[in-house]
Amino acid sequence: MVKFILRRIVMMIPQLFILSVLIFLLAKAMPGDALTGQLANNPKMDAQTLAEMREKLGLNDPLYVQYTRWIKNLLHGDLGMSYVHQQPVTDLLAGRMWNTILLSVCILVLTYAIAVPLGVISGRWQDSWADKLIVGYSYVSFATPLFIFALIMLFLFGFKLGWFPTGGSVDIQLEEGTWEYYISKFNHLLLPSLSGALISTVGIIQYLRSEIIDTKVKDFVRTARAKGVPEAKIYSRHILRNSFLPIAAFLGYEITGLIGGSVFLESIFSYPGIGQLFLQSIMQRDYSVVTALVMISGLATLVGTLLSDIILSAVDPRIRIE
Amino acid sequence: MLKQSVLQIEHLRVSFRIHEEYYAAVDDVSLTVHENEVLAIVGESGCGKSALALSIIGLHPPERTKLEGAVMFKGNNLLTQSVQALNQIRGKDIGMIFQDPLTALNPLMTVGKQIEESMDYHTTLSASEKRKRTLELLERVGIPNPAQTYDRYPHELSGGMRQRVVIAIAIACNPAVIIADEPTTALDVTIQAQIIRLLKDLQQQMNTGIILITHDLGVVAEMADRVAVMYAGEIVELADVYTLFTRPLHPYTRSLLQSVPSTQTSRETLHVIQGIVPPLTKLPRTGCRFRARISWMDESTHESHPILREVEPNHWVRCTCYQHFYFPDGGERA
Repeated sequence: MVKFILRRIVMMIPQLFILSVLIFLLAKAMPGDALTGQLANNPKMDAQTLAEMREKLGLNDPLYVQYTRWIKNLLHGDLGMSYVHQQPVTDLLAGRMWNTILLSVCILVLTYAIAVPLGVISGRWQDSWADKLIVGYSYVSFATPLFIFALIMLFLFGFKLGWFPTGGSVDIQLEEGTWEYYISKFNHLLLPSLSGALISTVGIIQYLRSEIIDTKVKDFVRTARAKGVPEAKIYSRHILRNSFLPIAAFLGYEITGLIGGSVFLESIFSYPGIGQLFLQSIMQRDYSVVTALVMISGLATLVGTLLSDIILSAVDPRIRIE
Repeated sequence: MLKQSVLQIEHLRVSFRIHEEYYAAVDDVSLTVHENEVLAIVGESGCGKSALALSIIGLHPPERTKLEGAVMFKGNNLLTQSVQALNQIRGKDIGMIFQDPLTALNPLMTVGKQIEESMDYHTTLSASEKRKRTLELLERVGIPNPAQTYDRYPHELSGGMRQRVVIAIAIACNPAVIIADEPTTALDVTIQAQIIRLLKDLQQQMNTGIILITHDLGVVAEMADRVAVMYAGEIVELADVYTLFTRPLHPYTRSLLQSVPSTQTSRETLHVIQGIVPPLTKLPRTGCRFRARISWMDESTHESHPILREVEPNHWVRCTCYQHFYFPDGGERA
């Protein structure tokens, strides 16, 4: 097991290298650079100063020189300076990363809390009115675009009913560490995470439902019935455990999403997280931030798939990682 | 040989719903199982023998199945019992052995836990007593390293070993009746013989009545005391095993026996029964159900309403066509 994990981690090195080259080239291929916009917006800027600044920042060096400089700094934990915010990318990310992780964990917990019971009901009482209702909901939610749904939620519960704050991650007047601060933080999280969770349940519901429907007619379930196992135990000990396997494997990939954040949700709820920063940075050609973010989510994806494999081998004895 | 009867099946009819209509897969079957007796039910695939076996302890999905008649066990009709009441009998008084040991065991549970599970609901044994009994059971069904096997998962065992585990589950609570649904079909021939030997030994030690569902006449000859031959949901012949093999009467029984290859049969003369068992929705419901597959026989030899008759003591045959039956190619092996 340890050997397997080590081997997977070693295998990540070339994967990350290829990823870094790709990201670097793609970022460079974007039209313009961080200074292009400045010319139009800033009357004091002239072409002469711009050219000097480009030279100073090393933007005129050959690509491979720029790449080696970038990767060297990256390995030292230095993600570079944000051209727009004029501060180190690591500082810029630190606070937002926590916000994003907090939001994503909330979404994840809510999604599973809603989807798992619904999926179980749906699969166990297949074709009942409850099942039809749940399947109906999951399809409608699947067809609803997140940005429209989130806007409706924001409009309805944020502005019309005023139940939830409409933006930010915490009430700025509150002092960090007090009870009110944490309650306010939680309050700010609720609406965006509920909006995200309510329409991302379809995968889990449908997976769980069809797994349960498949599993409940399997031979080993009949064996359990022939042993005289009561119906409730048939479900908890035999059907559900087997049906949860693919969902458990899913979980690893979901963790990837924790770091990537949600571009739409954070933008709509003006929630200061990674997703919102990502969108802004692309708009402003702040490519040191963009490349750092893509690198981080690339790493998260690789870690996520590894986690999936580890989770699956932990819950399914047939999958032994040697 | 006056044996106590342990289970009586009376006029059992098992119907399944297909497109809003019920079709009987088992039609008016009556059988008695005695203690320390192996009652074999033989027939081709689709003749209703597995449907019969599963209906005894109510394992068909209730929403699609209609059960009529009675299955009497210890003075109760099992067909009218609630699931809760049936759960007291399943695994305790009636054990079941399934056909395919590859799929009959839960892949996520250790073998030991799966055997113990029936004790969880039918006994008041402590955890250590259950473990001890499970190890004894594993030993009894011929598993070489009980203590190691206890913690194994099904996929770590061979097919034969898994079938032994399935048998251990069935006998865990000393049942009065064991229903064995094709217990050797999914196994290698060499393993088949071992499993038959094991079942026979267990039956004699435990004084159990076994209902053996099979299509393998070799298994019948080795294990059974009495044999019921089923065709299209009905019993067409019922006799003790010696009589059935030496004096088979019904055309279906004779055709089945004729189809068994022997060392004297050359490849060209191997008998094949014409046609197939008709699907449930197209089953003939009147007259002799086998007549379509012995089409060379004159229609007048069949009864219009064939019944099971005792033609000699303890030898029952359905329809009158057996009196005139012959094989079109003339020969029948002695």
